[in-house]
Amino acid sequence: MPLLTQRIQDESVQYSLVASLDNVRNLSTILKAIHFREHATCFATKNGIRVTVENAKCVQANAFIQAGIFQEFIVQEESITFRINLTVLLDCLSIFGSSPTPGTLTALRMCYQGYGHPLMLFLEEGGVVTVCKINTQEPEDTLDFDFCSTNVINKIILQSEGLREAFSELDMTSEVLQITMSPDKPYFRLSTFGNAGSSHLDYPKDSDLMETFLCNQTQVNRYKISLLKPSTKALVLSCKVSIRTDNRGFLSLQYMIKNEDGQICFVEYYCCPDEEVCESEY
Amino acid sequence: VSNMVAKLAKTCALRISPDKLNFILSDKLAGGGASLWCELQQEDFFSEFQMEGVSADNNEIYLELTSENLARALKTAQNARALKVKLTNRHFPCLTVSVELISVSSSSRIVTHDIPIKVIPRRLWRDFREPCIPDSDVSIYLPVLKTMRSVVEKMKNISNHLVIEANLNGELNLKIETELVCVTTHFRDLGNPPLASENASQDRSPDQMAEVQIDIRKLLQLLAGQQVNPTRALCNIVHNRIVHFDLLHEDVSLQYFIPALS
Repeated sequence: MPLLTQRIQDESVQYSLVASLDNVRNLSTILKAIHFREHATCFATKNGIRVTVENAKCVQANAFIQAGIFQEFIVQEESITFRINLTVLLDCLSIFGSSPTPGTLTALRMCYQGYGHPLMLFLEEGGVVTVCKINTQEPEDTLDFDFCSTNVINKIILQSEGLREAFSELDMTSEVLQITMSPDKPYFRLSTFGNAGSSHLDYPKDSDLMETFLCNQTQVNRYKISLLKPSTKALVLSCKVSIRTDNRGFLSLQYMIKNEDGQICFVEYYCCPDEEVCESEY
Repeated sequence: VSNMVAKLAKTCALRISPDKLNFILSDKLAGGGASLWCELQQEDFFSEFQMEGVSADNNEIYLELTSENLARALKTAQNARALKVKLTNRHFPCLTVSVELISVSSSSRIVTHDIPIKVIPRRLWRDFREPCIPDSDVSIYLPVLKTMRSVVEKMKNISNHLVIEANLNGELNLKIETELVCVTTHFRDLGNPPLASENASQDRSPDQMAEVQIDIRKLLQLLAGQQVNPTRALCNIVHNRIVHFDLLHEDVSLQYFIPALS
């Protein structure tokens, strides 16, 4: 990418974050998986970038893009935080078209000077260069779900295909999705209670789809379906999903996503349980 | 062709003369004033052609029709063996398109579409004269339209206006700017056609940009209609006034004008 590098060198500015990528889709696909709200907060450290999207103080989605995914990744400060319009960012990242054309890759170079400065994107495909300057915003505090692995009570790892169909056909007239995890029958059950009646979907413990099954205690929790539905985007892309609940009934969904170059990224959704049931449970 | 025209305009005028067919759209008042002039050589399309205009001097017919209707009628004609287009007057003036189709059993069927039209009276003809091409400041070949289309499509999501600028050094930029974001796509090494002789723009420095701010939807309409890359695509810019696209397919020439936003 001589064009790109040349352009950057012209500007003798000290960037606090520089990241380049040969295939922009490795980044845009992951970000699409958490694109259910307009704005996102980005945190960059030397390990990589975490992008967080939240809704209604009840659900949080995190996309982790490790430094290793990038061909070049330099962070000058300990950590960098900014808020950005994710919709615009995605439009910019896919400016040369969102569907892949065989044989052409879009390269990306991303630079950020620091607080108060715009995020600069340099995209190049077939000699055509696009420069985007996206204004950043004051970072907002993100929720700390305090989801600690020592508090995890039940954990299941599934092949994503097993859950994909179930999620895409969820009865949206039901307000909640009830997740039952138990060391005994029914082991793992998804239930909805809609206008047309309730439905239960059971996964046996020894199913081929089940990779790990570690349940210590029966837990029945309800989650707002409207909050969980956005995670379908990540589910569709992922190959494995880990479902965990902790002692407070908080749900963590971790999706393992393989990108076009075979590298692995993670997208994580946290969701708090529906309160009424919560109280009766305790 | 009609498909391409249908993408650009709801209604258009069709000018029929002994040797040419023209689709014309001159949107003077409403719609921001984009205009179109599309020319087809009669002999390239029809094996038999008969027409009679008002008089020998003015051997022309002007019609107004809904371009979508024509596009739809001609869609069935894609695998047709023969196609006939006639001007008829059933209960109202019509353009009759009869398509001869071959079915599996090799018996042929004829499908007829009657497209209602309005005949344009002679006193209005002068509204539909061939547009004069303005002396441009910069004339440049367009990049691959597919790339340009996807860029403009994404830009449309962000902004309504687009600045198109180019210089005599083979560079063309598409720019949008909003409060949130500022995006510029740079195309280079596009090449400029040799200038038409005593054009004023000769004393222009090659790097100086001529720019026009236009309605992004108008540009996208043009690009969306171009399914195949034209054999020649040219963009002429008159600084802050108008941008003129001149697209040449094998036997169709299309001229599209987008005026600058004030």
